[in-house]
Amino acid sequence: MADEIILLDFLPSIFGMRVRVALAEKGLMYEYREQDLWNKSPLLLEMNPVHKKIPVLIHNGKPICESTIIVQYIDEVWKDKSPLLPADPYERAQARFWADYIDKKLYDLGKKITLTKGEEQDTRKREFLDFLKLLEGELGDKPFFGGENFGFVDVSLVAFSSRFYAYESFGNFSIEAECPKLIAWTKRCMERESVSSSLLDPQKVHDFVAGMRRRYGVE
Amino acid sequence: MAEEVKLFGMWASLYSRRIEIALIMKGVQFEFIEEDLQNKCPLLLQCNSIHKKVPVLHNGMPIAESIIILEYIDETWPDNPILPRDPYDRAMARFWARFIDEKLIWVSWDAYSSKEEDQGKAIEEACKQLKALENELKEKEFFGGDTVGYLDIAAIMVASWFGVMQEVMKVELLTEENFPILRQWVEKFVDCPIVKECLPHKEKMVEFTRVLLKDFLASR
Repeated sequence: MADEIILLDFLPSIFGMRVRVALAEKGLMYEYREQDLWNKSPLLLEMNPVHKKIPVLIHNGKPICESTIIVQYIDEVWKDKSPLLPADPYERAQARFWADYIDKKLYDLGKKITLTKGEEQDTRKREFLDFLKLLEGELGDKPFFGGENFGFVDVSLVAFSSRFYAYESFGNFSIEAECPKLIAWTKRCMERESVSSSLLDPQKVHDFVAGMRRRYGVE
Repeated sequence: MAEEVKLFGMWASLYSRRIEIALIMKGVQFEFIEEDLQNKCPLLLQCNSIHKKVPVLHNGMPIAESIIILEYIDETWPDNPILPRDPYDRAMARFWARFIDEKLIWVSWDAYSSKEEDQGKAIEEACKQLKALENELKEKEFFGGDTVGYLDIAAIMVASWFGVMQEVMKVELLTEENFPILRQWVEKFVDCPIVKECLPHKEKMVEFTRVLLKDFLASR
């Protein structure tokens, strides 16, 4: 019996992009359903009653929520192709640790750059860059966070690169100037079809963030 | 000879107790290192340089964050599995464990600590989230099924912290009237021999929490 896979998602969402990348890495066919986050569909509310958020993966009628949990699920079900988590338990724990840390910090750090001005924004930019430098340290000289192979931490982080242009534009700074290794890593990731086909074009992300700034009265 | 497994923890940290329960369930010998959280030892700071928190499990290399450590333990010592085998059930267990740590505890803290005028609404929200967790038990004895599993261990917060906070803050969330099934789970969970051995003494926890929150309590 063929698998039925539906993804409830929102194009500019970093968290949604993670799932798109994972599905593409595994070569999976699925139905993409764009959601209106300001007028949530009955299906979304039924499939994620606790958080009412995207992304939600619906696999043969059963919903899975939370992007890093969805990515792990995809990796476990379709385990024979492009494994994302390493085999060794210690390496797996480290991968989960970094994905969790990225989740706890990076989204808010980036968002705050786009929603603040002046001195406050300068502080946010500094915090953001310091965090990226920490990630650069973790990457070291490896081609990917997963080592030789594109892996779980790479999937967790790469979607943020679709927002870099927006952060730089609204924050008036250059990420590449301070974190060249990380930018080199994003370019390496973008050479992968799974990534380039899943991430939203940075200009479109920029326009979406501009819209959010107007909505929050920052402009 | 393999290096001994070490657990950096703290007696009043339920996150640390989660790890003790899992290690004992797996029959893993370990050395417990009690940390003074006001004066953390250099080894702990080195092992968890990012968050500088307990628990940290050290098994040749350090692993931090209790939920992540639980999965590591299950994968390293596969006998007596604590996570379900089916990928969908594993995803659900991970979802609810994360829910406890990232949502339930915080909305419950709001309910315990809100000013009188906001408290009604905060309690309503906390109860809504508690009900969502209770519904996950369904007909099972434990979240893990017939035996204690990963999600039961994660839910030690419900079994212990809620009772402590009720005494300290004089607000009851987990009432018999509203949560008979969850309270029944608490009774069965705390009655398990390994859990009983690992749960911190309630009165000690209440006293510890009163001291921790003394400035907050004084300002009310």
